[in-house]
Amino acid sequence: MRIVRKHHRVLVQGITGKQGTFWTERMQDYGTQIVGGVNPKKAGTVHCGVPVHASAVEAMDAEGGFDASILFIPPLGVKDAALDAIKAGAKGICILTEHIPVQDVMYVMAAAKERGTLITGPNTAGSVTVDECFLGFMPAFNQRIFRKGNVGVMSRSGSLGTLMCQNIVSAGFGQSAFIGIGGDPIIGTTSKDALEALDQFDGTDAVVMVGEIGGSMEEQAAEYAATMTKPVFAFIAGGAAPAGKKMGHAGAIVMGDKGTYKSKRTALEGAGVTVLDTPSHVGDALKDALGS
Amino acid sequence: MNFEEFAAKPLLAAAGISVPKGILADNAKAAAAAAKTLGDVVIKAQVPIGKRGKAGGIQLAETPDQAFSHAEKIIGMEIGGLVVAKVLVEQRSDIKREFYAAVLNDPTSKGPAVMFSTEGGMDIEEIAVNTPEKLLKADVDIRLGFSLKQANELVAGLDLDGANAAIAEVLVKLYYVYQTNDAELLEINPLILTGGGDVVALDCKFVMDDSAVKRQAGLAASGTAEKLTELETQGEAHTIKYIELDGDVAVLANGAGLTMTTMDVVRHHGGNPANFCEIGGEAYTKAKIALEMVLAKPGVKSLVINFCGAFARCDVMMEGILGAWEELKPDLPVFFSIAGTGDEEAIRMLKARLEMDPYPDMDGASKAAVDAARLAGAGS
Repeated sequence: MRIVRKHHRVLVQGITGKQGTFWTERMQDYGTQIVGGVNPKKAGTVHCGVPVHASAVEAMDAEGGFDASILFIPPLGVKDAALDAIKAGAKGICILTEHIPVQDVMYVMAAAKERGTLITGPNTAGSVTVDECFLGFMPAFNQRIFRKGNVGVMSRSGSLGTLMCQNIVSAGFGQSAFIGIGGDPIIGTTSKDALEALDQFDGTDAVVMVGEIGGSMEEQAAEYAATMTKPVFAFIAGGAAPAGKKMGHAGAIVMGDKGTYKSKRTALEGAGVTVLDTPSHVGDALKDALGS
Repeated sequence: MNFEEFAAKPLLAAAGISVPKGILADNAKAAAAAAKTLGDVVIKAQVPIGKRGKAGGIQLAETPDQAFSHAEKIIGMEIGGLVVAKVLVEQRSDIKREFYAAVLNDPTSKGPAVMFSTEGGMDIEEIAVNTPEKLLKADVDIRLGFSLKQANELVAGLDLDGANAAIAEVLVKLYYVYQTNDAELLEINPLILTGGGDVVALDCKFVMDDSAVKRQAGLAASGTAEKLTELETQGEAHTIKYIELDGDVAVLANGAGLTMTTMDVVRHHGGNPANFCEIGGEAYTKAKIALEMVLAKPGVKSLVINFCGAFARCDVMMEGILGAWEELKPDLPVFFSIAGTGDEEAIRMLKARLEMDPYPDMDGASKAAVDAARLAGAGS
């Protein structure tokens, strides 16, 4: 699944680490149904109130199994952890880790494709299904950032996606769901995939897309946007960035005339998407489209 | 991480791909001596950048004297902002035809792609635009690798003057080098067919995946580090992503997307960002060092600090900022916008210690910083 719901059973791989523990507790508080964790060295113990398994395959064999897995795993361990979850039969995997070797990522993508496992990330801050559950390290519980509403939001960047969500709430709107797709060049859920998932998600009347320079994902998403009846708003970060430099995200780089702000803006506008000059403009744009 | 031709070619040779005999030289005398050993040679500037030929960085030399005078001109020459420190003196090849071959990471198929074209010598973008039908591509399942059968199929039916089988073999070896060395791009352009029927890699471009540098530490030592300014090098040492730009409005934010956007909004309001500096992810505890860095750039006239906490906590970042501010006491107008995890505490701290309020949004803070820079510029 691209959007996790409260009835989904979620496994946390790397649950016993500092970040894994901290964010598992936040997810549990918010309503995410965490059913277990994985740490081969601590199998058989209980952590954050759930059983710790030796592997995702074992967790799947336990009563009730799981639907989706979230990874709090360091870069060089991600390949094995994700392959474990794929082998177990996870429907979805969320990979937060940044700086995973790209060949490891491609290996995971190939295995996931074969098994029909949907991957979100790597290098994402996670996702939020407002008032239901969240995955990753998103401030879902902050009422000034996430409030139940009818705007679907997707973002390559966690911090900028969070800012956009706050602007949406300040303007008197709220979100149905937020999908952080991640800042890497090769990711499981692309802009187009996320746009499609939000378009089809119940209670979504408009979609806000936060993209950035680099690659051609926004151009591909524009092709889908052209077929939508719901209004789509986009902000593309990096218009002021110099060419040939990686702007913090591995995927955010302009090479020659590829991946430019202009190319993305032109494609999106051509598809009927309203492109915002700054993230602060989202409130007025939503008011025009949805009424205040 | 980029590898220059002289550092990349040995990888090809080790995998059994023919490359011309060559000797690296860092002065004209050494180049002449190399030419004496090799005979008819090509003097090639070693910079990790394309278009060396157009810039005059590649010259033919028939005698050691010619090699000397060409090398003298090329060493010290600037190509694409990089000063040439070394030349590769290479035995000249008898070129009958020029092809293009590469293996790269393809974001669309989410796997490796092997590329081949009969139109070598040009860059891949030109081939893709001018003769897309002549750019062949094979998607590879990285779990299985690239087989000789797939390589043969890719070049089947092409008129390669009978070298089809030899070229297919080169493609398989090229994939092997790509895979074992964590390349994100490995390109031979041109891959030539000589008058004698040999297939030879005349050039090689190798870009290693930055995320794999750690596990390729041995090989990475022969790569060329990105050319960084003093401040950028300092940032790298602290694992803070800092990029120096030519404007006068300093920018500090958390997260790549938010930092880029702060630059965009500064530009939108008519200002010029002085830098990209982000303290996202684990770096959010390094606000103090980051602030010291953005202040250290000469000519900075104002500063916009833009925090939106998710994983990063605004109060932790604010503590770093205030600590550095109280220590350095900079005489610089600063403008804040603060939102997300830990924002209320951060705003309280800002009020208590700098007697300042943040702007309600980043547009307000950025515009104020642009205005302040303009005012300071007019006054100086």
